[in-house]
Amino acid sequence: MIGPALAVFRRELLLAARRPAEWAQPLVFYGIVALLFPLGIEALNPALKVFAPAIVWVGALLAALLAVERMFRGDLEDGTLEQLLLADAPAPLLVAAKFAAHWLLTALPLVVAAPLLGAALGLEGLPLQVLTLSLLLGTPTLMFTGGFAAALIVGTQRAGILLPILVLPLMTPAVIFGGGAVRAAAAGLPYAAPLYFLGALLVLTVTVLPFAAAGALRNAVE
Amino acid sequence: MWTWFHQLASPPTFYRFAESLAPWLFAAGVLLVGAGVYGGLFVAPPDYQQGDAFRIIYVHVPAAALSMSIYVAMALAAAVALIWRMKLAEVALVAAAPVGASFTALALVTGMLWGKPMWGAYWVWDVRLTLELLLLFQYLGVLGLNRAYADPRAGARASAWLALIGVVFVYINKKSVEWWNSLHQGSTLLSFEGMRNPKISGDMLWPLLVSLAGFYLFFGAVWLRRMQNEVLWRERNTRWAQERVAA
Repeated sequence: MIGPALAVFRRELLLAARRPAEWAQPLVFYGIVALLFPLGIEALNPALKVFAPAIVWVGALLAALLAVERMFRGDLEDGTLEQLLLADAPAPLLVAAKFAAHWLLTALPLVVAAPLLGAALGLEGLPLQVLTLSLLLGTPTLMFTGGFAAALIVGTQRAGILLPILVLPLMTPAVIFGGGAVRAAAAGLPYAAPLYFLGALLVLTVTVLPFAAAGALRNAVE
Repeated sequence: MWTWFHQLASPPTFYRFAESLAPWLFAAGVLLVGAGVYGGLFVAPPDYQQGDAFRIIYVHVPAAALSMSIYVAMALAAAVALIWRMKLAEVALVAAAPVGASFTALALVTGMLWGKPMWGAYWVWDVRLTLELLLLFQYLGVLGLNRAYADPRAGARASAWLALIGVVFVYINKKSVEWWNSLHQGSTLLSFEGMRNPKISGDMLWPLLVSLAGFYLFFGAVWLRRMQNEVLWRERNTRWAQERVAA
């Protein structure tokens, strides 16, 4: 049962290694969003520090959106998706392996880059650490909800604006609690509660959404 | 009982059943909404704090209650559609979404109109308000997803997965005024404690209950009519549907 999941995981990494531009795109996008923000307002404005958690979190959300858009499209076109669903292994597990590989490829770099971007926006010390921790806890939620939405739209002809509309309500709690934790830390308040909420969201999305995504994929190829 | 239920799932039987039920629901709904709004505007006394402004409650509360109830109904239909692959449940899900979106929009607009004189702002980023806005997007997502598929069955089933996952947020929405320290007040009405010991006086309460019942019946009528249309469209190549349209 673990073998097929590992094979899917390895395949995703291999595909990404052969096409580095594809997985680097969200990271570059993320950096541009976060670094253009100070230029939009005054660069030395102290309000920048207040907005920093929101900027980094919204940047991560947009980058995740960009990353998941074509997650299943290629698999559907070359028939891999059908093989995944026909395989002698539980489809939700394989889907989860695919999501995990995508998290490693596109979301983990966002977490690693977060301290850098946070520092560039004027955060330092504890809030910066909490920001990184909140992204570490929150990005799997972004990836799995985004992957679920990608599974929903893979069977459609024209997805267009649909993905952001589907994903927005599902991803908002992560942004609220992620930003909330950093704001609490910056204000010297206890910041554990929002982080626990992020952890709860992580557990919920990672366990439930692969099943829903597998169901949606089965519906799309039928 | 079960045979009746199975027969109802067949499109022509459902169509006839809805045809006979919908006008009664519609008439009763309009009558009760009329009575509730009349009672709310002319019979109920002005509030001691809010004056006449509170009277928007007779539209706001039923619309908000429906906005959540409809999503729950959609999630139930979604579960039936996915587990038993019942076509009529798919139709119910698809037909409820635009109505739910409309009631959510109505709840948001009436809430904003009420918020301006009472809170001093049309919009506050409060938990309840935010979740209600997200609920509107959830409805739009279900609608858009359903439309994006060329095959109506595939579209309905994709929407069903979304509705099933999204219903978690409706529960959070319902509980948000208790869990968080929110500007929006808690529910005065919809609890067992509230039924036994009403927190509002009787001459303000009865128009609200009447209006609530009326809104739900009205929704039932609109829902049945939309389901009829959807069934007719899906079955447009069958003989009974063509006879129905020709008649």
